[in-house]
Amino acid sequence: MAVEPILRMKGISKSYYGTKVLDSINLSIMPGEVHGIVGENGAGKSTLMNILFGMSVIHSTGGFEGSIEIAGQPVEIKSPLQAMSLGIGMVHQEFMLLPNYSVAENIKLNREVLKPNFISRIFGPKLQSLDYDQMYADSRKALERLNIGIDEYALIAGLPVGHMQFTEIARELDKQNLRILVFDEPTAVLGESEADHLLQAIKEIAASGIAVLFITHRLNEIIEVCDNITVLRDGRHVTTKAKQDTNVIELAELMVGRSMSFATRQRQSSHQGRPIMEIKNLSVDMPGERVRGVNLTVYEGEILGIGGLAGQGKIGIANGIMGLFPTSGEVKVSGASLELNNPSASIAAGLAFMSEDRRGVGLLLDSSIELNIASGAMFGTGRFVKTWGPFSQVDQAAIRENAEKYIADLDIRCTGPKQHVRQLSGGNQQKVCIARALTMNPKILLVSEPTRGIDVGAKQLVLDTLRRLNAELGMTIVVTSSELAELRSICTRIAIITDGRVAGILRPDDSDVNFGLLMAGQPIDKGA
Amino acid sequence: MRVKSAFKDMDIARLIIAAFFVFLCIAAVALRLNISELISSSLTQMGMWGVLVLAMLPAIVSGTGPNFGVSLGIVCGLLGGLTALELAYRMEGVVAFPPGALFLVAILFSLPFALLVGIGYGWLLNRVKGSEMMIATYVGFSIVSIMKLAWVFLPFKNPEMAWPIGRGVRVQIALANRGLAQILNNFLAFRIGDVVVPTGLLLAVALAAFLMWLFLRSQTGMAMATAGSNPRFAEASGIVVDHQRIIGTVLSTVLGAVGILVYSQSYGFLQLYEAPMFMPFVAVAAILIGGASVKKATITHVIIGTVLFLGIQVVAVPVANAFTADWSSMGEISRKIIQNGVILYALTQAGGE
Repeated sequence: MAVEPILRMKGISKSYYGTKVLDSINLSIMPGEVHGIVGENGAGKSTLMNILFGMSVIHSTGGFEGSIEIAGQPVEIKSPLQAMSLGIGMVHQEFMLLPNYSVAENIKLNREVLKPNFISRIFGPKLQSLDYDQMYADSRKALERLNIGIDEYALIAGLPVGHMQFTEIARELDKQNLRILVFDEPTAVLGESEADHLLQAIKEIAASGIAVLFITHRLNEIIEVCDNITVLRDGRHVTTKAKQDTNVIELAELMVGRSMSFATRQRQSSHQGRPIMEIKNLSVDMPGERVRGVNLTVYEGEILGIGGLAGQGKIGIANGIMGLFPTSGEVKVSGASLELNNPSASIAAGLAFMSEDRRGVGLLLDSSIELNIASGAMFGTGRFVKTWGPFSQVDQAAIRENAEKYIADLDIRCTGPKQHVRQLSGGNQQKVCIARALTMNPKILLVSEPTRGIDVGAKQLVLDTLRRLNAELGMTIVVTSSELAELRSICTRIAIITDGRVAGILRPDDSDVNFGLLMAGQPIDKGA
Repeated sequence: MRVKSAFKDMDIARLIIAAFFVFLCIAAVALRLNISELISSSLTQMGMWGVLVLAMLPAIVSGTGPNFGVSLGIVCGLLGGLTALELAYRMEGVVAFPPGALFLVAILFSLPFALLVGIGYGWLLNRVKGSEMMIATYVGFSIVSIMKLAWVFLPFKNPEMAWPIGRGVRVQIALANRGLAQILNNFLAFRIGDVVVPTGLLLAVALAAFLMWLFLRSQTGMAMATAGSNPRFAEASGIVVDHQRIIGTVLSTVLGAVGILVYSQSYGFLQLYEAPMFMPFVAVAAILIGGASVKKATITHVIIGTVLFLGIQVVAVPVANAFTADWSSMGEISRKIIQNGVILYALTQAGGE
């Protein structure tokens, strides 16, 4: 082959604290190629890009194995600055723009065009003036390559998000030595027509000879613009395929895969209880996890899973129902309407919540285990409190007794009920959260990310506990989790949330293809 | 055991201060100072400041940080005191208040002021989350300045309080005339050798501390402490964090009002105008020396802090004077260094988890 790959990454492996997150990834891209990278959350996409960009998080955790070549030359990328000088550009998911500067100033930020003036001739080049005419002209040129009508004089502050995204791209295009451009989920914040426009722009950028790395979970976009597609899963390189050799369904299947260590729950004999919670048109304004009109019914005695990719809104549902973020819509618990935006009302209606932010929202880290376990019921229902008219005192003996019961039942490893929760391991902290929720004696238990940040052995224990509660006490449980395998191991039904809405409800033993398609925002083809 | 664990909480800065106190005590003995008098006067000072230091507790526990604006409460207490004296004057010939009753009337009069001011102040602190201490300090300074005007224009007629010429109330108002001076100190007071124990004063502080202890174990108290230690957890538990912070602020303000009356009766005068300006700093420094942080405090911290800081304050002056005979402000200077140093130290620790 006459043309050399512009970028070649060979045998890239990376471990964080002994956990392997990338395992021998190989990647090579030709100039002018659009290369897609797909994978679930945690598949290793961002780690790979961090390595390519020389981010300090890589080097401060022991570096990586493998080699990187740019245009045939082996390079060691030690810092983002060096990556830039090698011609690697990146369009970030979060905008790195100064709101009170104009589009052109942002495009030229720290690369301003300078011209000498009277003072700089005497005191040196640090005091040169900005050549605004040239800066505006250059910016205009970069924006025109994107074929977008943004005014280079406009301030960033007033622009729609889509235009901010294009400004970021223009900034990269304006760099004369740009050879490789990385897009990290660029369409996540864009509307449909803007996304189309962006895809068009990506094609044109590639046509000018720049290699594009395109990271997204929207499979139809990948198919539309990419020449080649690499699928990552659990840090491993699953496959690299040319566009014409694959399709959305195959990609979805490859992305989800069946690498689970958990056994998938068997389809249950379809005994469905009465509806216990009905959610209609629920919208939750939770930053980063916006919910935009969810309709969902929870049946008594089931374990309902809520899955989907990060940022699609699955986390927002339980938080909204519990009144922790501004919420609108309608929620009925056992037929009675629930007052929204009021945590006390949700607790009074018999809902208990185990937050995904265990250390921030779920626990009082510097308080005792017994107080943590009792607190939910104490404030929610006045249990553990003795009252005399307007005066009340907490019932320490009852709190102790309750804590000791749960420490034994759930096997919480601690020195005693007085130990502070901060000193416990993640798994035991999660058990304290479970004990706290159970002490509230809920009708429905809402659990968010129950296994986040706890080690593998403890994960299984926590999941078993949830399953036991459901089987033995008939408790209705709604589990939200980013780990599909986990949901499939304990749930009776799984709702997949995409773009703030329910994309579909699946059985745990439905095919990988269907899960993958729903998570990627594709309708399930009934024939498939 | 509780005291032991509180000492364990103390970090290096507090240990240095405790060591300094021990050093001062040894020096006082070695210099043959009048130990009985030092002990008597320490006990009195601790009693005088006890309730004011206690006023820091609900503020810290509810999450608004040490109440640098407790001058608001102090001013309410002074207002209650003045109103009581005015009432006694106006009712002369109709009702003769025994001193004990008059003291209670002063406290009763100060409560509605403290309650209303506390609610407003709490509302303000809820709007400036994250910079409560800074705002509180300036609220304190401002109210003292505003009250300087008010003291001049308030329509008090009692000649014991008024300037002989012109209008307004005096800078210091003697309480002895109405029998209010040392009314708590002398209640059940007794002597051990030459040491005078101001029983009533210490009992008053103990009572206030006991009531606070009970409150912190009530449902509302628990909710307040939860709101203070983790607001997001509290919200998720159905606690309205802003209400709890207002409750904490009101309690702190009320304790400030009661505290200044307890202080003034021992001092023998109500001090107006400039006097309340720097009182909050003493109370803040005391509870911090006791082992509290700007986020966490207990009754034990209040007690240890009051004993340590006011003990140093009493003992340092004569010891320093004995060392530097011709530099008599040395004691005052060392007290200021400790007071402000400890506050500074605690603030630098505030951000770290």
